[in-house]
Amino acid sequence: MLLLVDAVPAVADDFAALVGGLAEGSFADKEKAVTALGTQGDPRTVSLLQALTDGRLLRGADGRVVVSETASGTTRLRDSITGEDIAGIEPDSLGRIIVNNRLRGAIEGALAALTLFSTDPVARLAAAQGSLRHPSAAEAALLERAIATEQDPEIRTAMQLSLSAARLVSGSKEERLAAIRALSTTTDPQIKNLLDEFRAAPDTDPELRKAADAALASIGNRLRLVGVAANLFQGISLGSVLLLAAIGLAITFGVMGVINMAHGEMIMLGAYTAYVCQQLFRAFLPADWIDAYLVVSVPAAFLFAGAVGVVLERSVIRFLYGRPLETLLATWGVSLILQQAVRSIFGSPNKEVSNPSWMTGGFDPIGGFTITWNRLYIILFCFIVLGVLVLMLNRTRFGLHMRAVTQNRPMASAMGIRTARIDALTFGLGSGIAGMAGVALSQVGNVSPNLGTIYIVDSFLVVVFGGVGNLLGTLVGALSLGIVNKFLEPVAGAILGKIVVLVVIILFIQRRPRGLFALKGRTAEAEA
Amino acid sequence: MPALHGGQQRSAWSLGFWTRFLACGVVLVVAVPALNFWVPPDSPAALPDYLVPLLGKYLCYALLALSLDLIWGYAGILSLGHGAFFALGGYCMGMYLMRQIGTRGVYGNPLLPDFMVFLNWKELPWFWWGFDHFAYAAAMVVLVPGLLALVFGWLAFRSRVTGVYLSIITQAMTYALMLAFFRNDMGFGGNNGMTDYKDILGWDIHQASTRLGLYIASVSALGLGFLVCRYITASKLGRVLLALRDAESRVRFLGYSVTNAKLFVFTLSAVLAGIAGALYVPQVGIINPSEFSPGNSIEIAIWVSVGGRGTLVGAIVGAVLVNSAKTWLTGAAPETWLFVLGALFILTTLVFPRGIVGLLRPPSRIRARAAAVVPAGERA
Repeated sequence: MLLLVDAVPAVADDFAALVGGLAEGSFADKEKAVTALGTQGDPRTVSLLQALTDGRLLRGADGRVVVSETASGTTRLRDSITGEDIAGIEPDSLGRIIVNNRLRGAIEGALAALTLFSTDPVARLAAAQGSLRHPSAAEAALLERAIATEQDPEIRTAMQLSLSAARLVSGSKEERLAAIRALSTTTDPQIKNLLDEFRAAPDTDPELRKAADAALASIGNRLRLVGVAANLFQGISLGSVLLLAAIGLAITFGVMGVINMAHGEMIMLGAYTAYVCQQLFRAFLPADWIDAYLVVSVPAAFLFAGAVGVVLERSVIRFLYGRPLETLLATWGVSLILQQAVRSIFGSPNKEVSNPSWMTGGFDPIGGFTITWNRLYIILFCFIVLGVLVLMLNRTRFGLHMRAVTQNRPMASAMGIRTARIDALTFGLGSGIAGMAGVALSQVGNVSPNLGTIYIVDSFLVVVFGGVGNLLGTLVGALSLGIVNKFLEPVAGAILGKIVVLVVIILFIQRRPRGLFALKGRTAEAEA
Repeated sequence: MPALHGGQQRSAWSLGFWTRFLACGVVLVVAVPALNFWVPPDSPAALPDYLVPLLGKYLCYALLALSLDLIWGYAGILSLGHGAFFALGGYCMGMYLMRQIGTRGVYGNPLLPDFMVFLNWKELPWFWWGFDHFAYAAAMVVLVPGLLALVFGWLAFRSRVTGVYLSIITQAMTYALMLAFFRNDMGFGGNNGMTDYKDILGWDIHQASTRLGLYIASVSALGLGFLVCRYITASKLGRVLLALRDAESRVRFLGYSVTNAKLFVFTLSAVLAGIAGALYVPQVGIINPSEFSPGNSIEIAIWVSVGGRGTLVGAIVGAVLVNSAKTWLTGAAPETWLFVLGALFILTTLVFPRGIVGLLRPPSRIRARAAAVVPAGERA
């Protein structure tokens, strides 16, 4: 490439002459012409080169180069230099200008170089990043010119990186050393490959090779760091989903001592509430209000699932207080009925709940992994819910009554607290939170009638692991399960990792039958 | 163990009991094959061929329900992972049946079952060794669930994991096993499980006479299991179990080894469940990991509580009735089955906590058992 660029004659600067060069001569001549077109930067070049790769560039008998364009079934011929329409020539009478793979590479490079100077910042960024794929001296020259005029800092950084890569393969020794140093701070796998190749090449200078080794080691360290950060984020994300699923259970099971196997179905009902809200917004409200459906569905899900919870408590569970195993069976029955009811109404296939626009996409904080907005919002949402709940338990009258009833029911009753009402409201609160969890889950996965069964075993394990009747324990339990799960996944695979976690929890419960943060004293005895 | 004092209970082995037991046995062992085999198929009294393995299947479920009733009804241990022991017994039998296929599989490999050839396995993994012998497979049917229950129970009961906590970790156990068996590289056929069996002990598994033989084996296993459970519940150990169900700490303070007593019945119960699974697999012709699903295990509890928890006959009656209803409803109106099952769960706990047998028993005997329905140890 280096030689070719030098060999381009200065007299060929003329666009028309270069286009003529495309039509004549060997593939090597065409390649020279393409490269020269690329460096020249004429505005007509982009469409011309695209036509060339697509096989739409034709050569007339008189040496004229013609672009054929097919739009809505009719083929139109256009002069490649003047851009005028040509009538009266049969496309079949013209010869197609043939390209080979090597030429395609040159065209791609030239196009990338041209877009470096585009007025569209997105195209410039893509070109700067794309330039990494074909580093060469020509690229280096182009990038230097582009950097000189570039204003956007993000595009500048990308260009600098590509420039370093280009200098690595084509620069002087000093330039190469500087390039290696600059490249050692990246995490891009392409650059790692480039450095690997450079290091492995037999004619590499030993000093450069040493520098490359150091750079590779530093890249390796960074990649490991990124891996840990990615696992950590995904673990916290999974943990927050588990936490959301388990907070409601921590109230109904942890605080009230009710084994609610229909808890998963409360989550499922919440998710379907989000689905219904979305459909209502789509059907009855202007299209640009659709993003607000999520804001409406959170309280809607809380109220709906909470109401179902209150009905469940008044009609079934209150007859079964103090008989946990019977409660377990009865609520399992409720869960079967709710599942089948939803399946009868909405059908068994998964329902699609789309993210609002402000929750789609993500950003890349350190390079190498993406934090998606929906996961981030769920983490935030989960902590807000937990915080509000803690405040409610400790700072409101309802929370006070709730704690009084769970600690000593007869005494609370004697003090005038209406225990039955508190029971129903507490159960409704736990179910309502499960409903909100369902809205959150609808943003990261499918909504189906058996959504709840996926989370029920996990939620119980989180509550039991963290220690019954303890919100802090639930928080620690959920986050540690989530993080451990994600760190085990790359080592053991997703399913095996989950099995390992289950076995570890089973063993853990043997060691500490009352969980991580066991209640001590008289209330703990009453739980048993 | 110190001797138990107190009034001698009515003998569990009275003449009346044996008469009833043998009458049921005769009906099941003699009448069913007679109606199926010798009555001409077009007569209204004839039992069609398809019903024999179906009845056999119900009897396997009955044995499974019996095994859960032994620990739940009598010792207060609600295992939500009993389906796991059932499935493990089934898998042991399934492995034997797979090895009996020999070269008749799709790939005709004399050593490897079809799914292993399909997954490019080169040799038989060690845990499949010996399963071509029936005696070894039969031993494994007993040993695998038994050992798992022994280890699991030892860990759980030693550290006094009781009540709901035990239920949840047994559920986690069967859930973990389900995930494990769904994996293709475990070597148990992955999510397809094992099927396409050809013969058992040399007899063609699809022959009516083989099916009748399997049915009679199921009746015998259920009968023997029933006698064993009755022997245990009527013995001194049975009374210790009842006592620890109602007041575990008190039994412990009185000097009985609660851990050993629980461990013994838990292991025995797992073995019974394993045997039920082993008889179930050749009659339905397939075993797959969904048998491990937590839902299946909870369903066993509903058979027991429909029939009458803490009564051995109740477990059998419940299993047969609920499953007959399931077969009929899933055929007639599949939408309604889950509603009915869910309603059964709620009604049996809220309205009929003593189950069918409890309702039929004379009131004086119910009162004696009424306390058993609400174990005092579980009161908050």
